[in-house]
Amino acid sequence: MPDRYLDKLEAETIYILREAYNNVSPLGMLWSMGKDSNALLWMIKKAFFGKVPFPLIQLETGMELPEVYQFRDKLVNEWGLELDVHDCPPEGDMDKSLPPATRSAMRKTEGLKSLLGNDGYKGIIAGIRRDEQSMRAKERVFSPRSIDGDWDFKNQPAEIWDHYMSEVPEGAHLRIHPILGWTEIDIWRYTQRENIPVVPLYFAKNGKRYRSLGEKNITFPVDSDATTIEDIIKELETTKTLERAGRAMDSESENSFELLRTRGYM
Amino acid sequence: MAHSAKYIPPTKDAEKLRIVMVGHVDHGKSTLVGRLLYDTKSLPDSKYVEIEKASKKRGEVVEWSYLLDSFQAERDQAITIDTTQIFFSTEKRDFVIIDAPGHTEFLRNMISGTAQADAAFLVVDAEEGLQEQTRRHAYLLGLMGVSQIGVIVNKIDKCGYDKARFDILYNEIVSFLRDIDIRPMSIIPVSARNGDNILSASEKLEWYRGKTLLEVLHDFTPYQTPTSQSLRFPVQDVYRVEEKRVFVGRIESGFLRRGDTLLFSPTNELARVESIEVWPKGDKQAVTAQAGLSIGITLDKPIFVERGHVASHEDNPPMLSNVFRAHIFWLSDTSLKVGDTFRLHINTAQYPVTVQSIENVIKTEDLSKDENTKQVSKNEVSYITLRTRNAIPLDQYTENKNTGRIVLYSKGRVCGGGTVSMEGYVDQRSRNQPKSEHITKVAHLLSYTKRAERNGYTGGVFWFTGLSGAGKSTLAMLVEQALFKKGYQTYVLDGDNVRHGLNSDLGFSPKDRAENIRRVGEVSALMADAGVVCITAFISPYRADRHNAREVRPDRFHEIYIKASLDVCESRDPKGLYKKARKGEISQFTGIDSPYEAPDNPELTVDTESGNIEECVEQIAQYIIQNIEYSGQSLENMAEKDNLRVL
Ligand SMILES: Nc1nc2c(ncn2[C@@H]2O[C@H](COP(=O)(O)OP(=O)(O)OP(=O)(O)O)[C@@H](O)[C@H]2O)c(=O)[nH]1
Ligand SMILES: [Mg+2]
Repeated sequence: MPDRYLDKLEAETIYILREAYNNVSPLGMLWSMGKDSNALLWMIKKAFFGKVPFPLIQLETGMELPEVYQFRDKLVNEWGLELDVHDCPPEGDMDKSLPPATRSAMRKTEGLKSLLGNDGYKGIIAGIRRDEQSMRAKERVFSPRSIDGDWDFKNQPAEIWDHYMSEVPEGAHLRIHPILGWTEIDIWRYTQRENIPVVPLYFAKNGKRYRSLGEKNITFPVDSDATTIEDIIKELETTKTLERAGRAMDSESENSFELLRTRGYM
Repeated sequence: MAHSAKYIPPTKDAEKLRIVMVGHVDHGKSTLVGRLLYDTKSLPDSKYVEIEKASKKRGEVVEWSYLLDSFQAERDQAITIDTTQIFFSTEKRDFVIIDAPGHTEFLRNMISGTAQADAAFLVVDAEEGLQEQTRRHAYLLGLMGVSQIGVIVNKIDKCGYDKARFDILYNEIVSFLRDIDIRPMSIIPVSARNGDNILSASEKLEWYRGKTLLEVLHDFTPYQTPTSQSLRFPVQDVYRVEEKRVFVGRIESGFLRRGDTLLFSPTNELARVESIEVWPKGDKQAVTAQAGLSIGITLDKPIFVERGHVASHEDNPPMLSNVFRAHIFWLSDTSLKVGDTFRLHINTAQYPVTVQSIENVIKTEDLSKDENTKQVSKNEVSYITLRTRNAIPLDQYTENKNTGRIVLYSKGRVCGGGTVSMEGYVDQRSRNQPKSEHITKVAHLLSYTKRAERNGYTGGVFWFTGLSGAGKSTLAMLVEQALFKKGYQTYVLDGDNVRHGLNSDLGFSPKDRAENIRRVGEVSALMADAGVVCITAFISPYRADRHNAREVRPDRFHEIYIKASLDVCESRDPKGLYKKARKGEISQFTGIDSPYEAPDNPELTVDTESGNIEECVEQIAQYIIQNIEYSGQSLENMAEKDNLRVL
């Protein structure tokens, strides 16, 4: 069967989730309500037989699109989720030397920092993928971060086969990336196969759709006629624009995303 | 919100083939990948513009490697630091290209990349030829089991597309790879910069009749899950789901069916698979599950199973052994030495493990073997022997790739890894006790755990053996003092003081010696149960007696060989006993008219001939402390918590 490969990807993700749950505590998952974190959440339910055995956290900036909030409330209700909505500090508190969209995106980083400080999480699960962005392409599945969230990317520990790091270094936390090896198209095929709900903003309206969802002031829809998942998959098979093309902070300057990530952005 | 459209599977083979690019620094790996992405039109429009801009900024035309080298530091130094994984597709299939760094400093990143790969391209600069990292990387591909390998002779433009140069290199490459048992699928002359022989045959290389890079790429086959091998299901965790105990994990090889009888190792417990649990519950019950899947099962009997136990079928179980060989690569700045203790990761289990011996270190430059080495340094490869406390389930790497590989951790960081070989060691399964009565066993463990929890360390028996005069009593007393100062409860059982009391009825005949050791074995085990670090100092000359002492509490027994030659001991003769024995005043004296059987596999050997006393004390104290360290994750602790996570 040509889609056996989705079973393998799913098995890999479930394996990572169960490793994280066994070895790292307290553990939490960042839920952004986007397609990736929904697929991941679905796999968490599969891994733990319908339960979500650790807190789900939303880093709240108040700047998500209204459809995203509607979707959140609906899914929380339908799936019986316990959601911890954590407020991020205002933009005025961010480093003024950063370019504007980068500064705006820094709010979530700072929000995460305060969450780690308050709740003492040792592990944070995030639904990032290697194919999204060239910095993320260098990520480890279990990635140790300093308490401030800083990513010492020049000195990442080795990660060999799936014998992941099981001790959290003193004064640090682990970022755990269970869908690092999935691509955008894999996520859509899986979303379709498993019938996982998504925010309707991903589907085209008046020739535009969102490929990636972020805060409304720094995310823009791209040209597209894709109104169904099949259309999206077809579009992705041929597209030559980047998934995050609509995310302003990625391309403000050559190193804007590196700056964000080394300071703890997802 | 949910979408009901029918699921349409992908049209081509969507299984991703993962290829790692390896080779010496600057030989053009990243450039090659960048060029491949560009030529196959896999690059998003904006990406090309971004690379052009970044190249201009640094005064270069188009530096393809920037596509992979995304860190500022990588671009500024024109070097790859960390592995990048890039997705791309051709009309035939999808690929993940793993671009590894060539600099020695970043070997750990090259290994992290190789660990993920199904196939590899070894990139060799046509001008520079085989260099140190070319050879090391090739060796590591073999060690790590990447067997589909293509070789790229890159920068052929710099040699004027010269056939003669290529032929020389070709022979060198073939002969080196043959020595390490690698048969390359192709050796291709390429210019990454100019795009020759990447997608199509280059006119400038018309003398070359072989395949292009793209053709070789299509010849590679993706990882096949080993469904036809013997079943290995390492338990990852145990959950309580509603009223059921669900054993979860990933099947590493083979398959299992509902109703199968499973044998769990190392406990030797048997139980039948009652159900294969899935969520959401489908209309039909799952009846089989095969390699590659993460599953959950329930069993028909409440046997003791925990993370790290390996389920198999009864007729093809893994081996059980507490000693095995490993072919390893070493990544830590701190060299590996005999007696060092690490955390062994194998399957889902973790065990403390001690380096018993270093067989050799292999110089990957010329494949020569250094057999007299005392240590394995950073980036070296080596054969070593490792020892665990108890017999653990093992497969040879040649038998099962997934379950025969190991990683060594120290202080939470990876320091090395490799593959398991059982050459020269026997399967200890037959020697194992009959199927355990797990209920009494767990009951025993409880109190032991409680004490360990309060003390912060576990009790244990540290059994010194060696000739009279080797230094057992002296060292035992000094080690006792050193540990006591550090806050540990310790007690030395010494030959002379026990013979004055507990064993005053015993003489020195083999039978009495055996009884002497039996009693000491029992007493020391009781003391260990009570949470004490018990050191025994007895000649204990017979292997069989020491073995019996070990059997009382095998998981807490450590044999420490206090080693000095008979000549040295006799010249020391602190109590004048050798002199008396030589004169015939005492009989059955060990070493003179009674044999000493040196240990075959002691957990620790302390050479008192060469080392000074302080060093010996330090060596032993360190070993003891490492081995009584109490981590809340131990087997006993798991047992106490009923071994379950309630979901
Ligand atoms: N003339 C010529 N130069 C090349 C070719 N391929 C790569 N180079 C140059 O060789 C240099 C090193 O290339 P990289 O791709 O960075 O080498 P690498 O193997 O990735 O190096 P590390 O990742 O640091 O080990 C760059 O300046 C490239 O432009 C080629 O085919 N011909
Ligand atoms: Mg490179």
